[in-house]
Amino acid sequence: MIRIANGQGFWGDWLEAPVRLVDGGPIDYLTLDYLAEVTMSILQKQRQADPQLGYARDFPPLIGRIAKKLQDRRIKVLANAGGVNPIACARAVLKAAPDLKVAVVLGDDVLDRIEEFLDKGYLMRNIDTGEPLASIRGRILSANVYIGAFPLAEALATGADVVIAGRCADAALVLAPMIARFGWGSEDWDKLASGIVAGHIIECGAQCSGGNCQVDWQNIPDLANIGYPIVEAEPDGGFTVTKHPGTGGRIDSHGVKEQLLYEIGDPRQYITPDCIADFTSIRLEDTGPDRVRGSGVRGAPRPPMLKASISYDAGWKASGTLVYTWPQALEKARAADGIVRQRLAQLGLSFDEIHTEFFGVNACHGRVSPPVADPPEVQLRIGVRGSDRRAVDRFTREMIPLVLTGPPGGTGYGEGRPEVRQIVAYWPALIPRDEIRTRVEVVE
Amino acid sequence: MKVPLSRIAHTRSGDKGDNANIGVIAWLPRYYPILLREATPERVKAFFGELVKGDVDRFELPNLHAVNLLLHHALGGGGTVSLRTDAQGKTLGAVLLAMEIEVDERELAD
Repeated sequence: MIRIANGQGFWGDWLEAPVRLVDGGPIDYLTLDYLAEVTMSILQKQRQADPQLGYARDFPPLIGRIAKKLQDRRIKVLANAGGVNPIACARAVLKAAPDLKVAVVLGDDVLDRIEEFLDKGYLMRNIDTGEPLASIRGRILSANVYIGAFPLAEALATGADVVIAGRCADAALVLAPMIARFGWGSEDWDKLASGIVAGHIIECGAQCSGGNCQVDWQNIPDLANIGYPIVEAEPDGGFTVTKHPGTGGRIDSHGVKEQLLYEIGDPRQYITPDCIADFTSIRLEDTGPDRVRGSGVRGAPRPPMLKASISYDAGWKASGTLVYTWPQALEKARAADGIVRQRLAQLGLSFDEIHTEFFGVNACHGRVSPPVADPPEVQLRIGVRGSDRRAVDRFTREMIPLVLTGPPGGTGYGEGRPEVRQIVAYWPALIPRDEIRTRVEVVE
Repeated sequence: MKVPLSRIAHTRSGDKGDNANIGVIAWLPRYYPILLREATPERVKAFFGELVKGDVDRFELPNLHAVNLLLHHALGGGGTVSLRTDAQGKTLGAVLLAMEIEVDERELAD
């Protein structure tokens, strides 16, 4: 049995979690998932500004903080912290922890090959909309293919203490140690699928150990000290999800079910680079306090295509807020919204979308929200987006003047003018697997 | 009698591009048939109204006594494009718990 812990569900997750996983009890592998769908584009921009950047900057200081313990206890780290610059990330790690051996997995970054792919006739249609990639030619900011667990396992086989990848499938970070230690083959579909399901359960960190859980949430113990999840993996594919003793949170089959269903499509076909996992085959069992066992997972052969995560420039947006209070808070906010829209129209400005929410009344659920009679306060929130940066910028000047020119009692403008932000949108597409060659490099 | 969906199930929701998904999990195995009968894609679509522009697909997970609802074009463009506060659909699962379903008292009795 090996213990694989996940200490980071996204870049920005709780900084203390990985340190506590190392300090709080036995683990063999520590995985850290830093990359959300659009993180790559942010990192791409950082690398454009400085060729030494483009990776998750939280990662090297973390490794510096835990390096001695990693070495003493032979804990191996796997992270997709490399972003669009895994080599620079590895060098920064070596600076923070000179005694560790660091390996990187390369080959996911295909930004330089997009023109070649288009010339070869690959349409790379947007999986969601069906549009061909050529429609955003010239606006592409980053392009990375999701790679699987086998190159990560190969990197572990070099004896590296730290394995750094760029864009890999999140669950592959958890599957890779199982492949490396149990010797699973590339066509052991059921075992690979088991590892993927285990990885899916822990890839969002504490979201399977009591965080964001609806089940009797008021009585989940000590969320302030929530324990991040650990998978105890067995050579036959069975696994137990647990956490260190004495930590907060709760692991039971209801919470694990919530996470199994999180951000999936067809549960019979959870597609990964290594296999297709069938979530309808898993058996879950509560086997003790904070222990859930998973078994029986079935898998099908890996797909011939790999998914690419492409990001592109999709214009500009801004959103501004103002608060109105009782009496008639909602009526005042509605009137203010009407005034802003009229003024924007009179300026001749057009946008792809103007979106208004009345916070405290209907911001998250629109007309599904239960009715509220004369609420004590309402936050007006207006957002705009469009391709004309000047129009979006002009909008940001239209919120605060309402305080003196609109309905009575507008307040809450202390943070000043809204910020104009570039919209970096996500374009998922497919590329034939044969086009992608990964390689492992030990960085000295 | 009419009860809210929360009586028989709990949920978690998130995003996949401009689509939202809601995992709906029956509190007890014997509530699963009620979930299948009552939380149909048509009724879920009608419940969300203009919030969900596309279709609703439903996938069954009898092993977990759960269904996965996929709400197409439900996030105002999704991820970074959306102007909504809840651009990732994190709260759509919670509000679905308010959907009224029809049950026989005996189905809920212990």
